[in-house]
Amino acid sequence: MTKTIEEINEKIAKGQAVVVTAEEVIGVVEKKGVARAAKEIDVVTTGTFGPMCSSGAFLNTGHSKPRIKFGGGRVYLNDVPAYTGLAAVDLFIGATATPDDDPRNRNYPGDFKYGGGHVIEDLVAGKDILLVAVAYGTDCYPRKKIETWINIKIINEATLFNIRNAYQNYNVAVNLSDRTLYTYMGVLKPRLGNANFSSAGQLSPLMNDPYYKTIGIGTKIFLGGGVGYVAWHGTQHNPNVLRGENGVPKRGAGTLAVIGDLKQMNSRWLVGTSFLGYGSTLTVGIGVPIPILSEEILRYTSVKDSDIFAPIVDYSKTYPEREPDVLGEVSYAELRSGHIKILEKAVPTASLSSYYKASEIAATLKEWIKRGEFLLTNPVAPLPGVESGIVFKPLEERSI
Amino acid sequence: MRISKKIVLHFPPNLVDKPIIYHLVKDYDMEFNVLKASVTPKEEGLLVLELTGARKAYDGAIRFLKETGVEVQPLVKDIARQEERCTHCGACVTICPVNAFVVDPTTRRVDFVSDKCIACDLCLRICPVRAMETRL
Repeated sequence: MTKTIEEINEKIAKGQAVVVTAEEVIGVVEKKGVARAAKEIDVVTTGTFGPMCSSGAFLNTGHSKPRIKFGGGRVYLNDVPAYTGLAAVDLFIGATATPDDDPRNRNYPGDFKYGGGHVIEDLVAGKDILLVAVAYGTDCYPRKKIETWINIKIINEATLFNIRNAYQNYNVAVNLSDRTLYTYMGVLKPRLGNANFSSAGQLSPLMNDPYYKTIGIGTKIFLGGGVGYVAWHGTQHNPNVLRGENGVPKRGAGTLAVIGDLKQMNSRWLVGTSFLGYGSTLTVGIGVPIPILSEEILRYTSVKDSDIFAPIVDYSKTYPEREPDVLGEVSYAELRSGHIKILEKAVPTASLSSYYKASEIAATLKEWIKRGEFLLTNPVAPLPGVESGIVFKPLEERSI
Repeated sequence: MRISKKIVLHFPPNLVDKPIIYHLVKDYDMEFNVLKASVTPKEEGLLVLELTGARKAYDGAIRFLKETGVEVQPLVKDIARQEERCTHCGACVTICPVNAFVVDPTTRRVDFVSDKCIACDLCLRICPVRAMETRL
């Protein structure tokens, strides 16, 4: 049994496509078997909704009169610094940018109440954003200062471009030390007081296409409540990790770089986020449709939480010291049970990404496809796979 | 008619070792549920109670406390969730000391059981999207 994306799109256009979520497909396969399910199902939708720090937006504000060149100068959006090393009125606002006068961790643990992620949320929500810029002035761009409001509805472009999102699997974070830790994996209580994890597991996009057989450059996706595309493989994309017999990585592996027009997104799915003692970031909603081109692809999408394993990592020493040790592996089914066992101790678990919202994303994308509003794309190039030979490199310091 | 109220009791240092709660039970037939208890650095006792009993006896119990020298306040602080802001991630679940956040095993929705909340404030800063707030 094989299908093409063109054939699936014909069915979508006619409103006849059979679409299920990555959660629903598990039950269908259990009931009908892979062969029959692959024949019947055209698309499986996935979803994830979690904090993703390598997110940001490029903005073009339009030219003031007289003109000003931000490049080489400084720009603040609601007091949060934006990157200006581009042409005159192009900017980049990154999710983790923090106001210059934020106390950061001087009042440990810092609150990081408002940062780049919050600016992006406010922009998407259609709120006015205060822009303050200083520049050095040139003959063609004479102005040296501007203070004004900008609004996403008025500026020329607002493009979300996240260089690393949707990690294929992630660590379970714990704390073996005697003091509370404030990390990007949340607050970790001392002496194995809790264990925090992040992946959406059986709903997560790359868990359902472990060898990147359908998701590639140009794949059209749900991004931040609107439509976006896979732009490239994400930074730190690392297909060559330990994998289970089902092909699913047992460590953090593949990643996606994604892009889309921020103007058609929704602040429900791009939420400014603050990790106590760590920093500000952006919680991003992503959903990827997987076309069921063959039985093999269907089998991958039927993976369930009990068959996906994550490494348990100590964030008091192993992680900060970049040591390779893991304390063990647990399945997402165990993680979602509320407790896992580590070193003979029952440890309560919590998730940092929202499975509830990930389900909503998968269900929303399913509706879009069923209604014929969202057609699938053929990737223009594949993501680097296991055969790429990619090696995940550390930064080795050299004497200067 | 029975009533049930959450109250904050401040015990001055000279009353910390007196069996005051015993009298609430014995003399006024009160039921109590300790929500929080601590001794402040100034050696004053702080007790957050849910006190339940017959209305008349309840009023008598409160009068007794005040006459004894215990300062009585209603538990005015209420922690509430901004429902539209919550992403139902679960970061609060293992941090809350009284398990007021409960994950629905089927939908994975995080429910806030405000009846259990003792207003300790821990969740306010731990919530990554700052969905929890204090209401007076």
